[in-house]
Amino acid sequence: MSDDQHPPATGTGGLETSPPTADPRPDAEFVRAVISGQTEAFEELIRRHQPRVFATARRYARRDSEVEDIVQEVFLKAFERLPGFRFEAPFEHWLMRVAVRTCYDFLRAHQRTRESSFSDLSHEESDWLEHFRIDPDEADERADAARSLVKKLMDSLAPEFRLVIQLLEIEERSIKEIHDLTGWSIPLIKVRAFRARAAMRKALGRLKQGKYL
Amino acid sequence: MKPEPLRQKLIAAARMAEPPSDRVPFAFEKRVMARLAAREFNDFWASLGALLWRAVIPCFALTIIVGASSIAFSSRPEDLGAQLDAVLLADLDTSTESP
Repeated sequence: MSDDQHPPATGTGGLETSPPTADPRPDAEFVRAVISGQTEAFEELIRRHQPRVFATARRYARRDSEVEDIVQEVFLKAFERLPGFRFEAPFEHWLMRVAVRTCYDFLRAHQRTRESSFSDLSHEESDWLEHFRIDPDEADERADAARSLVKKLMDSLAPEFRLVIQLLEIEERSIKEIHDLTGWSIPLIKVRAFRARAAMRKALGRLKQGKYL
Repeated sequence: MKPEPLRQKLIAAARMAEPPSDRVPFAFEKRVMARLAAREFNDFWASLGALLWRAVIPCFALTIIVGASSIAFSSRPEDLGAQLDAVLLADLDTSTESP
């Protein structure tokens, strides 16, 4: 997307979503205005990009209050760092880097409180695993139990492992994109992806001691 | 059975899950702008305080220098004593001179 365009607000929440912006001016114009001291121009940038930042934050936070805190932090950081914006890439890409790094900081800060036991499974999750054990090909990936299982598994991972699995395997981003988003070096991303997969297998292997695998 | 097939299956489940909602709370941008305004106001007093704290050391150094230079360049102690006597006895001198 060029810097002369901006994505429409694609909120799906009906009444709760702010009305989409009608201002046709490009992001760069608002960025320049903010840098020159017109703080109020930042409101338009928030209005344009908040749906995407909210969607990103919801991948990492559990409660809505956590999501709002993360998004608020993203925009406060963006405002603070805006004088360093070099107009080489679209503002949206730069903002998403700030968003991903803020989500990672959030995961690290809440690491202890988020620890959950992957072995505490609901009845439906146990049934799904039993079904998978009997016939792996027939186990439905669309089942709610499978989704809640993967969410529990992701919650049990260390923040850096969770982030790399989310970006690399679930969102299917390239290593280069992950490097741009996180600022991690390419060898570090590869090492973390390798260790993250091993950590996931280890967590799943603990179920082996039970009856599922 | 190895855990890798299950891991692959769960990753596939995560990929198939609906993307998270991009719903935004009403007037969220106003809330962020209010936070920014409050922070700018706080920043003014914080930067003023920081400025004053930074001024403490130069002010103290200046006081020491001025004090030291005034001692160094002031008149000698005997002159000071004579001046003190003159000031203290000034009233007495004027009273004895009067008829």
